[in-house]
Amino acid sequence: MRRRRFMTLAGALTASQALPALCAVAEEDPLAEPIRAFAAGTPVREGKVVVDTPRLADNGFSVPLKISVENAMTPADYVRAIVILAPRNPRPVVATYHLTPKSGKATVSTRVRLNGTQNVLVLARLSDGSVWSGTAEVVVTESACLDES
Amino acid sequence: MQADEFANPGMLWVTRGEKLWRTPAGSTGAACAQCHGEAAKGMRGVATRYPARDAHSARLVNLEGRVNLCRTRHQKAEALAHESEDLLALSAYVAHQSRGMPISGEVPAELRASFERGRTQYHKRIGQMNLACTQCHQQNWGKTLLAQTISQGHGNAYPTYRLEWQSLGSLQRRLRACYFGVRAQMPAYDAPELLELELYLAWRGRGLPIETPGVRR
Amino acid sequence: MLARVRVPREAKRGEIIEIRIAIQHRMETGFRLDNFGRPIAKNVINALVCRYNGTEVFRAEMGSGIAANPYLQFHAVAEASGEFVFEWTDDAGERGSERASITVTG
Repeated sequence: MRRRRFMTLAGALTASQALPALCAVAEEDPLAEPIRAFAAGTPVREGKVVVDTPRLADNGFSVPLKISVENAMTPADYVRAIVILAPRNPRPVVATYHLTPKSGKATVSTRVRLNGTQNVLVLARLSDGSVWSGTAEVVVTESACLDES
Repeated sequence: MQADEFANPGMLWVTRGEKLWRTPAGSTGAACAQCHGEAAKGMRGVATRYPARDAHSARLVNLEGRVNLCRTRHQKAEALAHESEDLLALSAYVAHQSRGMPISGEVPAELRASFERGRTQYHKRIGQMNLACTQCHQQNWGKTLLAQTISQGHGNAYPTYRLEWQSLGSLQRRLRACYFGVRAQMPAYDAPELLELELYLAWRGRGLPIETPGVRR
Repeated sequence: MLARVRVPREAKRGEIIEIRIAIQHRMETGFRLDNFGRPIAKNVINALVCRYNGTEVFRAEMGSGIAANPYLQFHAVAEASGEFVFEWTDDAGERGSERASITVTG
């Protein structure tokens, strides 16, 4: 089924000579819009956000991800929101978390899908409006054995 | 992920199985618990002895098959479909009661012929790739196919949560996937061929602890 | 929707406690096809909220990039004895909820 879809797609591309257009799309940063949406004009600074994942994932179906934002969690100064961005995923915005001073600690763990090897970018917005970032590269390997069961 | 009892996604099915264990089913309105009591006692060690011979039909059955026999014979309920959430949940819940206990691997005399057919099947080349189970999982385990390490091919963690399936699945589903992998005709669920292979695998994995629900790539 | 939650039964006032939740859900991406080649509709748990004695402590917006049978671990400050309530919704409009109680001492 997958092959048939690919052939149709490949055929369509050749027919319409759409290759230059495809390259132009590939050059645009898939994270530009989600970063704009989350940071709302605030410059993104590197730091505070630690992303912990296995360097190598056997497949991309379920990759453990632990995010820790090194910041206080007091009513005066806390982490308000966190977003996980995966640039090579068909929908790059994976999840957004909203925290409060009652969260106690800005550490969240989950399991994500990754559509191939990529740098996962995590942004955190603090109560003072500043936005911080951290990344982790995950190498996703492919299975040799086909499983259509 | 497997060792962390909460992070293990297979435990969702075990939890579901625990609920089903106490839920009445079929025209008798009996729940599993009504005959078998607390699973922690009554089902402890049961999974270490499967597949086994069903005395009534003189047939080889695996744990999923036993659950369905209980339903049709005693609860007067419909058999659950292969790989259905409920059948996986009940068999995982029952197998989980034997977690850490060694697989017996004992082959009673009346199952000897089935066992020998299973052994033959394990060593027989099949499919367009002309491969036998033994060539990957006995002679070449630990080596890699692309980036993937070849496993020893043991069944002690089934039903298992496979990341690739994004779900829990039975040993027969995994075996069928291997048939597909070597481009062979996949036997139907509960085909004698698969049950006999399961019996051989239980002997081959004798002494290994039950890990259900396992987590595999 | 079947789910498992874990909240400590007891905690000291002011202690930061760990909260875990796992929900049985396919998290269908919308990119897969069925056996007849027809697309399977996207259906993921898109929102989850955790309230502690009525006050929101954590909220998640999720997409198809979250693995099947979603798992989350986060934290909260133990303030008073009471209840944690978890509520979530998927794209099909199905809702789920779980609750867990805690005794806070000191």
